[in-house]
Amino acid sequence: MRNYLLSVVIWLPIIGALLVLSTGSDQRAPLARKLSLIFSLATFLLSLFLYSGFDVNTADMQFTEKVLWVSTFSIYYHLGVDGISMPLIILTTFLTVIVVIAGWQVIQEKTAQYMAAFLFMEGLMVGVFASLDAILFYVFWEGMLIPMFVIIGIWGGSNRIYATIKFFLYTLLGSLLMLVAFIYLYHQSDTFSILQHHSFPLSMTEQMLLFFAFFSAFAVKVPMFPVHTWLPDAHVEAPTGGSVILAAIMLKMGGYGFLRFSLPILPDASRELALFVIVLSLIAIVYIALVALVQEDMKKLIAYSSIAHMGFVTLGFFIFSVQGIEGGLVQMISHGFISGALFLCVGVLYDRMHSRDIKSYGGVVNTMPVFAAFMMLFAMANAGLPGTSGFVGEFLVILAAFKVNIWYAVLAGTTLIFGAAYTLWMYKRVIFGEVANEEVRGLTDISQRETLCLGLLAAMVLIMGIYPYPFLEVMHASVEHLVTQATASKL
Amino acid sequence: MTAMEYVYIFIPLSCLAGAVVVGLGGSYVGRVGAHRITITGVALSFALSLIVFIDVMQGNRFDGAVYTWAVSDGIPFEIGFLIDELTALMIVVVTFVSFMVHVYTIGYMHDDPGYQRFFSYIALFTFAMLMLVMSNNFLQLFFGWEAVGLVSYLLIGFWYKRESAIAANLKAFLVNRVGDLGFLLGIAAVLYVFGSLDYLTVFTAAPQMAETTVPNTETLWMTVISLLLFVGAMGKSAQVPLHVWLPDSMEGPTPISALIHAATMVTAGIFMVARMSPLFELSDTALNVVMVIGAVTAFFMALIGLVQNDIKRVIAYSTLSQLGYMTVALGASAYAAGIFHLGTHAFFKALLFLGAGSVIIALHHQQDMRAMGGLRQKMPITWITMIIGTLALIGFPGFAGFFSKDAIIEAVHFSNQPAASFAYVALTAGTFVTAFYSWRLIFLTFHGKPRMDKEAFEHVHETPWVMTLPLVLLAVPSIMIGWIYVEPVLFGGFFADSIKVLPEHDTLARIGAQQDAAHSIAWQMVVHGLTALPVILTLLGSVAAYLVYILRPDLPGMLARRLSVAYNILMNKYGFDEFNEFVFARGARRIGSFFWRAGDVRVIDGLMVNGTARMVGWFSSVIRHIQTGYVYQYAFVMIIGLFAFMTWFLSS
Repeated sequence: MRNYLLSVVIWLPIIGALLVLSTGSDQRAPLARKLSLIFSLATFLLSLFLYSGFDVNTADMQFTEKVLWVSTFSIYYHLGVDGISMPLIILTTFLTVIVVIAGWQVIQEKTAQYMAAFLFMEGLMVGVFASLDAILFYVFWEGMLIPMFVIIGIWGGSNRIYATIKFFLYTLLGSLLMLVAFIYLYHQSDTFSILQHHSFPLSMTEQMLLFFAFFSAFAVKVPMFPVHTWLPDAHVEAPTGGSVILAAIMLKMGGYGFLRFSLPILPDASRELALFVIVLSLIAIVYIALVALVQEDMKKLIAYSSIAHMGFVTLGFFIFSVQGIEGGLVQMISHGFISGALFLCVGVLYDRMHSRDIKSYGGVVNTMPVFAAFMMLFAMANAGLPGTSGFVGEFLVILAAFKVNIWYAVLAGTTLIFGAAYTLWMYKRVIFGEVANEEVRGLTDISQRETLCLGLLAAMVLIMGIYPYPFLEVMHASVEHLVTQATASKL
Repeated sequence: MTAMEYVYIFIPLSCLAGAVVVGLGGSYVGRVGAHRITITGVALSFALSLIVFIDVMQGNRFDGAVYTWAVSDGIPFEIGFLIDELTALMIVVVTFVSFMVHVYTIGYMHDDPGYQRFFSYIALFTFAMLMLVMSNNFLQLFFGWEAVGLVSYLLIGFWYKRESAIAANLKAFLVNRVGDLGFLLGIAAVLYVFGSLDYLTVFTAAPQMAETTVPNTETLWMTVISLLLFVGAMGKSAQVPLHVWLPDSMEGPTPISALIHAATMVTAGIFMVARMSPLFELSDTALNVVMVIGAVTAFFMALIGLVQNDIKRVIAYSTLSQLGYMTVALGASAYAAGIFHLGTHAFFKALLFLGAGSVIIALHHQQDMRAMGGLRQKMPITWITMIIGTLALIGFPGFAGFFSKDAIIEAVHFSNQPAASFAYVALTAGTFVTAFYSWRLIFLTFHGKPRMDKEAFEHVHETPWVMTLPLVLLAVPSIMIGWIYVEPVLFGGFFADSIKVLPEHDTLARIGAQQDAAHSIAWQMVVHGLTALPVILTLLGSVAAYLVYILRPDLPGMLARRLSVAYNILMNKYGFDEFNEFVFARGARRIGSFFWRAGDVRVIDGLMVNGTARMVGWFSSVIRHIQTGYVYQYAFVMIIGLFAFMTWFLSS
């Protein structure tokens, strides 16, 4: 079992998805829901076995599997996890469970298809994090787009067609260049093995060109300024579950790509272009935060806030220090919990009032006190309050940035003010105050199912904030190895 | 773990346990349960704090980690306690005032639907404040720092239906965040320079780092670190120009104005600078900045107190001013005096706030002093205790505030720093203003003719014992504490190693050198004080207030008209709020709006994204014309192409 555990975590949800799909029409929706829950829970539990069997003292790939897939091009079905991908896989399996529970009653049409799409996506996303073969990675990477495309396109809002096409084209254009990069690397090294690419020597010109090829794929996914505008649109149109997965996991693919490909394969170009990436990251932190401040749509506001928070990830990575990269990784995981939770919160409100407009609300605390308490926690976490997960990553990145250049730290630190400003100002307008209108007066507080979802996420946010030690412990060996790779020269 | 270690850990945890149980317990806990559980927690905390205080007095100190929060790049970040004289003093003050406020709240919040929530918040606050002062490292200090800010935010906005309350709490949080940015960068600088966030490691290494400068500049790292940390202190301890949130914080219920916005949280900045004395001592620049900011705050905020009509706001401006006094003490390297004033102020200012709260409750939430007057006979306990608080505040010889404030002014007098002369003038002049606004409050509230309708006045009566008992218990230290502690704390080396002062900065030692050994220092201070300028000005201020508000009640209105320019400046609080609103709040929204509409919507989406789509569309609409479907046209193009290709092939 241990030898195939990783494969099981990838394929079990996909098999589950097929089973769920086979329940067919909405008359058997209850069965579809139960099956989805069973499969997502089972996958989550199995991923915990991965975690418990994981050796934190080595940077080597663990749970590796390698089978020849296409012999002509020596493409392998090659899987493995290290300290960088391990936490992301757990995050994926955990959030899928949440999304399944969250969609339990909300989705009444095409329930089986909705649930199946998320299960498909879960398998594919774990596949992305576990692939050690470039082509396999590419297949998972692109495959992942399809269920998301479907989710937004079918269960999305009124302007969903524009949003899906924008989302699809943006990401596809980026990833095609990545494919070109893979093919180039294959031609030079005769292998698609990512680990072998890590040690394959490349000239500066090659590295530069490859860097931009990879960059176009990853920067779009992160998303970095100025290729971020697909995200607010996609979020606004996506159903709640779609937004959760999009923000919590899909955005992490870009950051993961930088760590798996750009830094170790192209260390010299990465260092050469670090300033470029850092400047874009700082723009994301400052510029996007200001843009978030003036949003009137809650989902857009949180989407912009996500972009600003992702700025910390790329900033941390391109400082090339253990602290920076660990800070960035922690920020990725924490953002998974917090943004997921915030999108769920908006979903809770949207299900009741069918509006995402801040102006439609006011005084929600009067009718939904329990919900208001949860949202307070997540808002504070989003503002980076110590004791919540949101603080840990930002703190480490700011510490790391200070060592490189004080002004990086100063600019990044403005998030303390802006992050609090846009989050709490929204909170004030939506939650506090007198009951704004009759619709708000008629609101009912969150159900047990909603409490369960938000409660699980709240627990994670607090645990990670109060005791981030185990989260960081998993990463140490791999990140230290990565830093030695990224700071060595290939020339 | 030793027995004492259990004691240390239970001090904050018993408050946290109360907060969690009451906060999450819902109807299982209920109203009575809420105050019983939290008060038991904080009382236990207070008792244990006393044990720790006694233990520390016997020379036992502690420095150790509770757990490792995280490790990154080999640097451990820990949660741990440093128990020394400074900590011991702080935890006793914090838990005692908190205990009093808890009891008082039973009466004050009696009719409030948020009763249980309130108790949960103040218990949580006490926990956070204790973690802050007991910390042995910068990270946990920041944790406590932000956590008290969070609870302050929640409590200012406690009455969340009031627009003014939820505006005030957002403002408080954001202004504090400005300070926190400085603080966090200061912490980053400490880690960068010292490679550790542990207090003792940093403080021990500090003297060797005294001369190191920021690369490519001549600025001392110690100056950078101290100033950045001080920005944090300016936020939390409401120093100009980051003071704007404190008066607005009076939107919260009065018990928290006493506990958080007078006695404890706002003094966290003072505590922090005192704690960091080994760093601040190494930068004269920083000390002078601290002194100037403190002096400006002390004097100019006191002036605003003269014209306020809301009873709580008068006390709020008084708090700002007193925080300025403490800050000046830090700048003059008289850290012990600053902390001592922090302690005495905690007692008498909590007393004044709770007294004001007692009046407010008796008058059914009336806070405007113009609608008070003559309450003396109706509320004798409140009246007497508030007079005691006032005497302590204005520094009447013998009362608690006298010793601490006089020590600060004397210390500034003896300081050699360039900013000291300015600070001395500001603080001394401030004593007159302090006396004036303090008596104004007493006279307007308790004396003269009642300015409310007769029937309402008839129904006023003293508040219940749960509210008056804390007043009495706070009045006791407001009278006594100075006599007992001034000598050991200021001149007896009470703080030992917990505060470091360079010999050339040691202003308190210079004061101490002037005392003769035959009499107690407290007695000598009183005797000396009676003939010194601050006390004379205090008495003059008191007489002036009596003259204006008792003998000639028509004078204030006339003065306001005659000095309308000055009066308006003070009423508008020097225009800080308008400036911030216009430049920062609206400015940020405008820039954000511009970035969004011009950058995201027009350039990126309009020009680049949709522009590309339009380009493709336009291009294909042009190209489409070539696809006519006529075979002869295709054949013609083919021939031309073939011809061109062959020409190129043959010619090369």
